[in-house]
Amino acid sequence: MYEFNYHRPTSLEDVSEILAANDEAKILAGGMTLLPTMKMRLAQPSDLVDLSAIDGLSDISDTGDAIEIGAMVRHADVAGSDIVQNAIPALAELANSIGDAQVRNRGTLGGSIANSDPASDYPAAVLGLDAVIKTNKREIAADDYFKGLFETALEANELVVSVKFPKPKKAAYAKFPNPASRYAVVGVMVAETDSGLRVAVTGAGACAYRATEIEAALGKSFSTDALAGISMDAADLNDDLHASSEYRAHLIGVMAGRAVSTLGG
Amino acid sequence: MTENGIGAAVRRKEDHRFITGKGQYVDDINRPNQLYAVILRSPLAHGKIKSLETDAAKAAPGVVAVFTGADMAAAGVGGLPCGWGITSSDGSPMAEPGHPPLAVDVVHHVGDQVAVVLAETKAAARDAVELIEVDYDDLPAVASLDAAGAEGAPLVWDDAPGNICFDWEIGDAAATDAAFAKAAQVVSIDIVNNRLIANAMEPRAAIGDYDSGKDEYTLFTTSQNPHVIRMLMGAFVLGIPEHKLRVVSPDVGGGFGSKIFHYAEEAIVTWASKQVDRPVKWTADRSESFISDAHGRDHVSHAELALSEDGEFLGLRVDTRANLGAYLSTFGPAVPTILYATLLAGTYKTPAIHARVRGMFTHTVPVDAYRGAGRPEASYLLERLVDRAAKVTGIDPIELRRRNFIKPDEFPYQTPVALEYDIGDYDAAVDKALELADYDNFAQRREESASRGKLRGVGIATYIEACGIAPSNVAGALGARAGLYEAGTVRVNPTGSVSVFTGSHSHGQGHETTFAQLVTEALGVDFDNVSIVHGDTAKVPFGMGTYGSRSAAVGGVALMNALEKIRTKSRKIAAHLLEASAEDIEFKDGKLTVVGTDRSVAFGDVAMAAYVPHNYPLDTLEPGLEETAFYDPKNFTFPAGCHICEVEIDPDTGVVDVVSFTAADDFGRIINPMIVEGQVHGGVTQGIGQALYEQCVYDDSGQLLSGSMMDYCLPRADNLPNFAVTTNVTPCTHNVLGVKGCGEAGAIGTPPAVINAVVNALSEYKIDDMPMPATPERVWQAIQSATN
Repeated sequence: MYEFNYHRPTSLEDVSEILAANDEAKILAGGMTLLPTMKMRLAQPSDLVDLSAIDGLSDISDTGDAIEIGAMVRHADVAGSDIVQNAIPALAELANSIGDAQVRNRGTLGGSIANSDPASDYPAAVLGLDAVIKTNKREIAADDYFKGLFETALEANELVVSVKFPKPKKAAYAKFPNPASRYAVVGVMVAETDSGLRVAVTGAGACAYRATEIEAALGKSFSTDALAGISMDAADLNDDLHASSEYRAHLIGVMAGRAVSTLGG
Repeated sequence: MTENGIGAAVRRKEDHRFITGKGQYVDDINRPNQLYAVILRSPLAHGKIKSLETDAAKAAPGVVAVFTGADMAAAGVGGLPCGWGITSSDGSPMAEPGHPPLAVDVVHHVGDQVAVVLAETKAAARDAVELIEVDYDDLPAVASLDAAGAEGAPLVWDDAPGNICFDWEIGDAAATDAAFAKAAQVVSIDIVNNRLIANAMEPRAAIGDYDSGKDEYTLFTTSQNPHVIRMLMGAFVLGIPEHKLRVVSPDVGGGFGSKIFHYAEEAIVTWASKQVDRPVKWTADRSESFISDAHGRDHVSHAELALSEDGEFLGLRVDTRANLGAYLSTFGPAVPTILYATLLAGTYKTPAIHARVRGMFTHTVPVDAYRGAGRPEASYLLERLVDRAAKVTGIDPIELRRRNFIKPDEFPYQTPVALEYDIGDYDAAVDKALELADYDNFAQRREESASRGKLRGVGIATYIEACGIAPSNVAGALGARAGLYEAGTVRVNPTGSVSVFTGSHSHGQGHETTFAQLVTEALGVDFDNVSIVHGDTAKVPFGMGTYGSRSAAVGGVALMNALEKIRTKSRKIAAHLLEASAEDIEFKDGKLTVVGTDRSVAFGDVAMAAYVPHNYPLDTLEPGLEETAFYDPKNFTFPAGCHICEVEIDPDTGVVDVVSFTAADDFGRIINPMIVEGQVHGGVTQGIGQALYEQCVYDDSGQLLSGSMMDYCLPRADNLPNFAVTTNVTPCTHNVLGVKGCGEAGAIGTPPAVINAVVNALSEYKIDDMPMPATPERVWQAIQSATN
């Protein structure tokens, strides 16, 4: 690890100030990606701005038609939350499938979606459940948020404050974990929301995206049979040591089918 | 049975300190005034060092010294030696390239050592390493056996044309040809044994500590055999005589073979310590382990089996290419030859066998022994081939094996590939395994799985292995450059407690417990009054350490022989004390009794008499009670067994789930059944790892793609079923304990059992080939190919 300055501000305003003053500063949430990267000397931030002392980032609340989860809420707390389990059990289960116990006790929702690792689980939930990302500057709709490989709509010095997940009529997440890292090779969130049927895929592409062909098919008939004829285009999918793009394309259909089957389709 | 003696499932003595965090590993040791070494490693698989600029690193804060290969060469430091020489079938010796601890002029694999920085802190050393500027000419590399053997391939070493280190053979080629000529049928297989990385939980570490006052060196190192390291490094690399060099291997967190070998870092820190007159510590990080610990396996083979009409094996012909990496690791050349091809008879009476093995250089990390070392490669090839023969002949795979087994009344059995098996009962192991696996009801389970859309398969494999490699003179004739005995010293202390000094080394095997059980058995001394000392050349007699499942069969027997000397002397002392003849003294349960009387003396009193010899036969007997034995076995031991695996495959994803695993093993007599069971669990787990998960992958340019736990998949608890483990016992005929060894069996029998099960599960698709690891994608692709 290279030397860096460590900050632990107590307000978002202070965070903004530090970020504005230091071009090479990085925000530290759970540190599940940033810290290993720094230890490997692949990242060299001048300053780390630790968000853990800021009040109000670690709450889970029921706002009636949605639940709002603070950016610093740990995966284990989402998984164990009565509010989440009652309102969106699929989200609690997804959180409980991330990494291992240590990761779930350190990693945060805000850190995950700000990083937008193509193989992380939360982006499928954010996109599939039509969530709204609240930042220190604005609100961003999920459909506008994921832009590419490790790339989001967040601007410089903009940070996630919370995520509002509208309560779906029903939702399920199915994941094919990488046997080594346990990240998602392919993860699919299928949800029936107020804004319609949504199917979001993580792991397969550069970032989470909606599988519109599957949405259309399930819109006609919500059943695994409706997926039978669909073959996903492998052209733009990830291809690595663990799974070819062709295999990933196949797994999207299988995981979507499993989620649908969980929902009785 | 003596309480806590042989056969007792005693809890491990050493676990208290491990579980409470009191273990003392090399990295826990810190010497006063110690420096930290960080090694600059080659980013290229093959490159010429055009320039190497260290001034900026030397000037960096906290840096005390920077050394390069040129510095070590100028100081006359030698190369890392190879401990086994193989002679090619044309009589020429193997190609044996030099292996300087720090590369000179050319780097030969990613991770090759280029320079070392010594600094006051590890962080300072790391920072400074980045300031070293190396300008390389990027040279073409060969990263696989196929690439190394291709026409016009770049050479790893100019004096190894075709990248061939040796072209070796064993067996009778003419007799094998004759067997094939009369065969009713011939079955063949092309098979790859996937390359693995051991990944011991504790990364390697070494501290060199030169004492300029005494002109003596101490090396603390994560080794399975400190005496071997002292001999190799002292005599061949640094020129330090034994009495000036102490090597200590304290608690070591797993080895699996990868910590047998003499590594460059050991020589670097020991040498560097003298240069700066301060202790120097190096600890690998995990990324470094991936590119510097010796790798395992990596064979490509073609094999053919000749059968008679009724399935009798007539002949076996094997052609294997083995990847040795860029340099010869300590025992690298022995693994794919002496430890592999000699096992190709398996448990079968195949009368004619011929094997050709070509050891090849590539621009990859050196390859050497990894749990099983050659024997897993033999059993995988043979048991896949036999399963295929069963399919081709239509003979049930179990029946085909039974027809060809060497039967109990046929021992000792001389195989056509050099070994003489002393004893075994392979049918008994199969019977036990079938029963424990509930094999008869497999069809029902297959149906039940099918009802859930899953494909269930069962696979069987038998195996034999050769442990406790010996005797030394035979091994020497086969190319070993070291002895293969073991030594043990028993020191009975004056009040009757016992300290044992063994040349074996425990790095997870539980010797502090099993060896104490031997003492308890032999002397009747309370288990808690025995301590086992190992891992320090200043304390223990010269011994060869622990590898190849040899500790019980060689180290344990050496200890028993020393204990027998103690018993003999104790009887003489007791005879004096009891005024009887030594022949009339019975030594049992810690008491020495005149046979047929109630006159006895406790062993503790005998010990006291030996050290306070007031009433003692000083004219005929030396005082004291301490004995040493060196034991060189007459033969290998031959553990064998039968493993049965059941898998369930999800045809939608290709995921293979091991749903049950049964092992029936013959380890000879068992000292501690709980420890043996633990060894089987560990071995089976690594075997399942090889079969389903683990794969070391290089790209064509020699970059390691599977260089972290994110990409190199080790098996986890949730990948495994509960194992069903049993033993059948045929005691080894040529050692006093009747023990054979159990450390590697799991890793040897498991891979073919798993792959046979996978292939069996896919039988409806007519798939009869499945490479290891059988990853979900490979299985899914095989199903796609079969159905499209």
